[in-house]
Amino acid sequence: MLRFVFFRLIQSLVALAILSIVVFVLARATGDPLHMILPMNASAEDYANARQYLGLDRPYVEQYLSFVGRAVVGDFGNSIRARRPVIELLQARLPNSLKLAAFAMSVSIALAFPLGIMAAVRKGTAVDRTAQIVSILGQSLPTFWVAIVLVEVVAGRLQWLPAGGNEGFTSYILPGFTLGWFVVAGLMRLLRSGMLEVLDSEYVKLARLKGVVEHRVVWVHALKNALIPVVTFAGIYFAILVTTAIVVETVFAWPGLGRLAYDGITSRDFPVIQAVVLTTAAIVALVNLCVDCLYALIDPRIRYAR
Amino acid sequence: MSVVALPETAAPALSETRRRRPPIIPVAIILVFVLVAVLAPWLSPSDPYEQSLRLRHRPPVWEERGSWAHPLGTDRLGRDLLSRIVYGARVSLAAGVVTVLLASAVGAAVGLVAGYYGGRVDATLMRVTDATLSFPIILLALILAVTVGPSFANVVLAIAVILWARYARVIRGQVLTIMQLDFIAQARIAGAGAWRVITRHLLPNTLNTLVVLVTLQIGYVIIVEASLSFLGAGIPPPTPAWGGMIAEGRDVVTSAWWVSLFPGLAILLVVLAFNLLGDWLRDTFDPRLRQL
Repeated sequence: MLRFVFFRLIQSLVALAILSIVVFVLARATGDPLHMILPMNASAEDYANARQYLGLDRPYVEQYLSFVGRAVVGDFGNSIRARRPVIELLQARLPNSLKLAAFAMSVSIALAFPLGIMAAVRKGTAVDRTAQIVSILGQSLPTFWVAIVLVEVVAGRLQWLPAGGNEGFTSYILPGFTLGWFVVAGLMRLLRSGMLEVLDSEYVKLARLKGVVEHRVVWVHALKNALIPVVTFAGIYFAILVTTAIVVETVFAWPGLGRLAYDGITSRDFPVIQAVVLTTAAIVALVNLCVDCLYALIDPRIRYAR
Repeated sequence: MSVVALPETAAPALSETRRRRPPIIPVAIILVFVLVAVLAPWLSPSDPYEQSLRLRHRPPVWEERGSWAHPLGTDRLGRDLLSRIVYGARVSLAAGVVTVLLASAVGAAVGLVAGYYGGRVDATLMRVTDATLSFPIILLALILAVTVGPSFANVVLAIAVILWARYARVIRGQVLTIMQLDFIAQARIAGAGAWRVITRHLLPNTLNTLVVLVTLQIGYVIIVEASLSFLGAGIPPPTPAWGGMIAEGRDVVTSAWWVSLFPGLAILLVVLAFNLLGDWLRDTFDPRLRQL
């Protein structure tokens, strides 16, 4: 098991290293960063001075290493727009994003589990049909559009909930629901198909023959194995959640990383984009690492497969 | 040489799905959108780029102040919304189809090679696939948009660079199963080389799965493209892209709700149609495929 964790860790680090090279190369390939930093009327001498000061006259490999070295300790330079160290912005925004993601995840798990399991147990009934409608709509509705419609109807016309910001619990409901909705759809489908397969298996039949009560058969015996595909896809769903969060935070003016990324794009604030991309990628890599270890723990076949 | 059919698995689902009618409504919706996209210059009532500040934010025809000149109203710059939605169909469908074809071609190739050769080749390719799978598409698109500038090509590239991994994973799994079957061994004994086995035996037997995946993913790509355009990292204005149009109407949603509402309905309709068709195809041709 330790060997497995070790190799997976190395793999994540390699993935992050490749990404950091991509970010670095793209940043250098698309023009002189000094054009964004220096004023319009800067002379050739100013450029030469600044280049030396920022170390841009050194070889690319050296520049890359110092870029990575600083990024590892959290130094991403200064935001061009906010004129503050990017790390300060990250520290202010990251907790908000994590809180929203945690809320959305709890909402989607609370909805997807009962619905997905009931849909499989009562296949072909009204519950199943409802679940299927929820799931197909969840995958067909553009999140940002749902967000705008919710803001207009629930926050605007009905005035039930706040439209944006993060003041108190009520402000979590709309963005959390919007963000969770997409995940509910996928999670529920996985649970339904997983449960259908497992409920049909020999060991579940045996459990029933043994006289185990039905709800125990469903929630303990069957669910345990139906969870395996869910865990397999957890990493992918987390990546989708991060993607969706950028859009949702933008619409609801949620002061998180996603909103920071959006502001970064609109003002071409490269240090900010760079920092958000690398931080998010690191979080995604970490989550995937945990998911894989969890997976190896519940399904020992994975450990020996490599 | 004829293609040997795979033994049918997951038999219980088959009797149930055989009786299911083909999804006429989703197919019809997709056909209508394709026709609209192809015939956009003839179908759209006016020029999607023509601005008229006098006619800003005109409501749809059934509202007060609405007129038949602009059946779905006009946007911030007085452009005809219906015409922009009609032209937007071109952008969305093109992005969806081109991206998915690109991703599926690359993904299928990787999956076929990994599954055929196995061993180290397989292990290496699958590590790369796994790493790619868990990378959020939007981050790559954001970097590209900020450094190279937003464009149609960048959107397609950013999505395809991540999306191929899903095809590689699924196709590789299928190939591993097919490789165990007798006809592959026979083909090899008969002297068929790697290229021949892959193109004549493996590829035809994975086509069903590929078609199912492609259909299911077109809707997803349309949504991702729209999200990127919405964020300003997708198709740049003034090109009419549905996501961008929704973004333009966002700030005036209280006074001019139609600007955001109609492009959103267009996305919902076309994505729903592709998803329903994809679900039906999967249940019919490849019931073993899970949600992917």
